[in-house]
Amino acid sequence: MANEVCLRTLDLERPWLIEQYQSRGGYEVLKKILSEKTAPEAIIEEVKKSGLRGRGGAGFPTGLKWSFISRNAPGQKYVVCNSDEGEPGTFKDRDILRYNPHQLIEGMVIAGYAIGATCGYNYIRGEFWEPYERFEQALEEAREAGFLGEDILGSGFDFQLHTHLGAGAYICGEETALLESIEGKKGQPRYKPPFPAHFGLYGCPTIINNTESLASIPMIMEQGGEWFADIGVKNSGGPKLFSISGNINNPGVFEIPMGTPFSELLAMAGGMKDGRKIKAVIPGGSSAPVIPGEQMMELNMDYDSIAGAGSMLGSGAVIVLDDTNCMVKILERMSYFYHEESCGQCTPCREGTGWLYRIVHRIETGQGRQEDLDLLDDVADKIAGKTICALGDAAAMPVQGMLRHFRHEFQYHIDHKRCMVGVG
Amino acid sequence: MTTTTAKETSELFTPEIRAEIDRWIAKYPAEWKQSAVMGALMIVQESNGGWLTTELMDQVAAYLDMPPIAVYEVATFYSMFELKPVGRNKICVCTNVSCMTNKSDLIVEHLEKKLGIGFGEVTEDGRFSLKEVECLGACGGAPMMQIGKQYYENLTPEIVDAILEGLE
Ligand SMILES: Cc1cc2nc3c(=O)[nH]c(=O)nc-3n(C[C@H](O)[C@H](O)[C@H](O)COP(=O)(O)O)c2cc1C
Ligand code: SF4
Ligand code: FES
Repeated sequence: MANEVCLRTLDLERPWLIEQYQSRGGYEVLKKILSEKTAPEAIIEEVKKSGLRGRGGAGFPTGLKWSFISRNAPGQKYVVCNSDEGEPGTFKDRDILRYNPHQLIEGMVIAGYAIGATCGYNYIRGEFWEPYERFEQALEEAREAGFLGEDILGSGFDFQLHTHLGAGAYICGEETALLESIEGKKGQPRYKPPFPAHFGLYGCPTIINNTESLASIPMIMEQGGEWFADIGVKNSGGPKLFSISGNINNPGVFEIPMGTPFSELLAMAGGMKDGRKIKAVIPGGSSAPVIPGEQMMELNMDYDSIAGAGSMLGSGAVIVLDDTNCMVKILERMSYFYHEESCGQCTPCREGTGWLYRIVHRIETGQGRQEDLDLLDDVADKIAGKTICALGDAAAMPVQGMLRHFRHEFQYHIDHKRCMVGVG
Repeated sequence: MTTTTAKETSELFTPEIRAEIDRWIAKYPAEWKQSAVMGALMIVQESNGGWLTTELMDQVAAYLDMPPIAVYEVATFYSMFELKPVGRNKICVCTNVSCMTNKSDLIVEHLEKKLGIGFGEVTEDGRFSLKEVECLGACGGAPMMQIGKQYYENLTPEIVDAILEGLE
């Protein structure tokens, strides 16, 4: 069982075209919902039953999020899709946009119907030009076919959908920074509460979901929540897209059932390059704490299994590292990233990410001091949980993971002023 | 702030650029013209060889009824806006983890040697500039780079040579 939901058109030629999507049953469930006037509550119930959890990284139950909107409150409400895809290692939403954009559109229209919104935005990162053009073309096709716009299929329901293009800022993937960005401002996260469900885009009730979450909706409505939940395992409904990269033969995006053993995913991805030994895996985007290779080979790709190993499934971005990698160098690069991308609003994150980078950098370049290891732990601890948004935690967690499992490599760097592996 | 009259506004940009910016404005609620600021900056940046001048930012501010400072804030916050001249081909190389472990450093070295410039610099003939970027969401094709709107993946020095050959 692979490519059953978000990538269901992938085997077709030019799978992004509306006729291809419709040849797989696309837009049928939207027609059914609109003609039967399905109760919005019933849709939210079905999504809850599916066990779908947010695919953007936090894993929050999608149906529950939708139920926070007061559907009958007066005024505009919004559906916002997060296609900012910036967490290092993640490249799955790009494939949904490129190969199956109509399923995302259908999912967003259904979401709008369910929460009583008549307008939506898809926020696509600015570098994604090809995906943006595909999505725009799909919007045109959908409007022409009457699946978007005013009085959709004569149902009286209106839904307008537009693209907003980012311009290069990882932090805009954070949901409230993303809303600020659509409002034409710097992408600085807002204090929460209030949450977007009450005070979102332009101050209106808003749901914001990841591309993959929204693109999963049409199949959930077509086949039923239970069907979706049963593909996965307990607490991890459905299949999920895994973008797997690193030192492997066949990197790419694989849509497989939650709970699939990591070893099977690795085999699908062609195994280790040059037959090298697996050293470590970052299982859910670069902010997910690293897991040693042997341990990872025993784990399954679902929320509980990965959390049980002290990490997180995150966005499903799996970075596989072989034994030629120096873990100090890997952490140095990641710490540089979070320092670069901190929006600078809160002190623990702005200053702390700089500290983390400088300390790891000096260890990497042979200037490390013995106290630096405890200092790293201490700085990470002072950032985690003490910031406006989760970028602070995202910067702290990889440090804690590396020190937990690869402390000896850091120690070696400090003692010998050079790398254990011989690459850094 | 000076108030811009309708007539002045219509003279800010060419009709083509105005039409493009207006397409962005139309996507947002009427009272939220400033939502179009990123789209507008991208359009004028492209029409100016890939970078923004203060004058252009001021014009965007006037066109969208924004204080100029609000436009500068946006232009300096997002990494795709350039406040200094760039090459006709802006080469953006990803050096984040998946690319790094697939030897992006060799690609960077090769480019630096071939072009005789480092990150943040422009070749003398103005043909190329180099920029280090964070993960571009194409780690499956590591190492990779972006030039203009195009992604180039699974790079080797030879492939890089062939790509640069084909660019004006
Ligand atoms: C620093 C940071 C970056 C994020 N980047 C993304 C991203 O690129 N894409 C995404 O969908 N969610 C991202 N998120 C998570 C969003 O804030 C939000 O939880 C998500 O879009 C909600 O959708 P979901 O429930 O469907 O996952 C990021 C969060 C943080 C703190
Ligand atoms: S945690 Fe970092 S990125 Fe998030 S709001 Fe604070 S400074 Fe900005
Ligand atoms: S790490 Fe280079 S594209 Fe993701």
